[in-house]
Amino acid sequence: MYRYDQYDQAMVDARVEEFRDQAQRRLEGKLTEDQFKPLRLMNGLYLQLHAYMLRVAVPYGTLSSTQMRALADIAEKYDRGYGHFTTRQNIQYNWIKLEDAADILADLATVEMHAIQTSGNCIRNISSDHFAGAAADEVADPRPYAELLRQWSSFHPEFSYLPRKFKFCVIASETDRAAMRLHDIGIRIVERDGELGAQFYVGGGMGRTPMIAPMIRDFVPLDQLVTYAEACLRVYNRHGRRDNKYKARIKILVHELGAEEYTRQVGEEFAHLLDQGIEPPLAELERIKGYFGDPDLPETGEEIDRSDPDFALWVERNTHPHKVPGHVAAVISLKPVGGIPGDATAEQMRLMADLAERYSHDELRVMHTQNIVLPHVAEADLAAIWKKLAEAGLAAPNLDTVEDIIACPGLDYCSLANARSIPVAQKISERFAATGKTGELGQLKLKISGCINACGHHHAGHIGILGVDRKGVENYQLLLGGSEAEDCSLGKITGPGFDEAGVVDAIETVTDLYLRERTDGERFLDTYRRIGMEPFKEALYG
Amino acid sequence: MIILTGNDLKTGAVVWWTGRAWSLQVDDAVDVGDQADAIARSEEAARHVNVPYAIEAEQTADGVRPAHIKDRVRALGPTVRPDLTLKPADPEAGNWVI
Repeated sequence: MYRYDQYDQAMVDARVEEFRDQAQRRLEGKLTEDQFKPLRLMNGLYLQLHAYMLRVAVPYGTLSSTQMRALADIAEKYDRGYGHFTTRQNIQYNWIKLEDAADILADLATVEMHAIQTSGNCIRNISSDHFAGAAADEVADPRPYAELLRQWSSFHPEFSYLPRKFKFCVIASETDRAAMRLHDIGIRIVERDGELGAQFYVGGGMGRTPMIAPMIRDFVPLDQLVTYAEACLRVYNRHGRRDNKYKARIKILVHELGAEEYTRQVGEEFAHLLDQGIEPPLAELERIKGYFGDPDLPETGEEIDRSDPDFALWVERNTHPHKVPGHVAAVISLKPVGGIPGDATAEQMRLMADLAERYSHDELRVMHTQNIVLPHVAEADLAAIWKKLAEAGLAAPNLDTVEDIIACPGLDYCSLANARSIPVAQKISERFAATGKTGELGQLKLKISGCINACGHHHAGHIGILGVDRKGVENYQLLLGGSEAEDCSLGKITGPGFDEAGVVDAIETVTDLYLRERTDGERFLDTYRRIGMEPFKEALYG
Repeated sequence: MIILTGNDLKTGAVVWWTGRAWSLQVDDAVDVGDQADAIARSEEAARHVNVPYAIEAEQTADGVRPAHIKDRVRALGPTVRPDLTLKPADPEAGNWVI
């Protein structure tokens, strides 16, 4: 795991004191809210529906046990005893006081964490594969490249005031577990003739104008990675619209210029930059890689006892193959039946930290699906881990099922939302748990957003739900056929929306049709793609 | 009726204008008529409140009820955690929002 050097620590410490002064001046009336707002947002502090909300950066979702414990302490000391893990692999606290904010940032700094660039029109937290460094199918650990880009982009003067927020993702597998093509820039580390390089996908995103990023360059040598990223940003910063925030994302620029023309301009800028010497030497990348070395895991081939059916089901659904035989990445579900997706109490955070310390080489990952990963677990330890998780309500065996729902905070917490998301997620998970169809349905990714900004990734759900405000009443549109994986696609709206109870019934109508129509081995998404929208419309609307 | 709401500067808590001060209880809110902007400017300048704004509401037998669901959620707290609302002892409190 990357460790701060003296410069990193000094920068973060200085930023805390800078913000302490800014917050104090706001409290004393020396700054107006208009003056203070951009300063607090640069430190991840929003004013939401009920209180200030603080978004803490978890770079590429990787945490140590010490850091997770610090997050638990903050939840208890400054909030209401819990935190909310987000689709950007971050954590948010919903009940923060302005007068405490600088102290929280100071506490975070003691464990090499911060909230810098978790808001604002800058390069946001860089996301990655939550199984990075553990996955059997990766060509390299993508996190050193994400960390290199993080260091390049943090405080970058040219890219601190972009036309809009900007999101990177770095993966290194053919299988996409991070919604790579739905980012402003998605990078896939690939191997060609024994050499690693980077594929660049530019101009994806969800929100009110969802788009899948086209690949604009199939191989950038690693000693030109940052330079190419800088060229992509420069063209966007130069031409991205600033007159209309809804048209300011790079996806609009790439779409309006055309991928070919955008690529040509990036190529020109790239050629110009190549001899400017901005690329850090490969030795720097090697230094960073040194922090992400593989843990020393002995290969084992021992069969585990799966005689307990509950344990066996959890192992089947919530573990993922590890590159070292005898090990797995184990997923801790933050989606108990009827629970709030992504929420964890301080006690649960501490338990997860303890389990990581004892069984997972002190590492945890935040998934963009709002779950937590123990990335390096010996299969022989799974039973002990499962027992501890079950006692804490964290052993729901539902990864990638209809109960593993992504839901944004929605109108219960968010000042931008038009409808509530969480109650819909709760009712759907309760419905399917009660009917017992969850296992029969197999892989089914369901995602809910409470507004068009799509923080709940509804466009990319096999089944998506978008909450809208219809004359002051919550209404829920249903979308089918989205995917954020390597078979990336955008969902289509079925037709008129439903009320809260109606949308839960509608999901069951849709899944019942799938169960009748599917052929052997088909996921919901496969059946939808084969038979199309019409049968689903007919079932929903007659 | 027109009532005035905002967030407390220090804590961020949702507050309602009572005619003399700010209350955490929406039922304490008074009709400000056409004075909303003037009160908002004055109170914001005095640092008593952050981003105040006027909303429509109704005086009912059970108290003041904001017209829009978003303001009812603000008035009560999140509907998904009764323990975090202003009426933690009332498990049905969330129904007031809908």
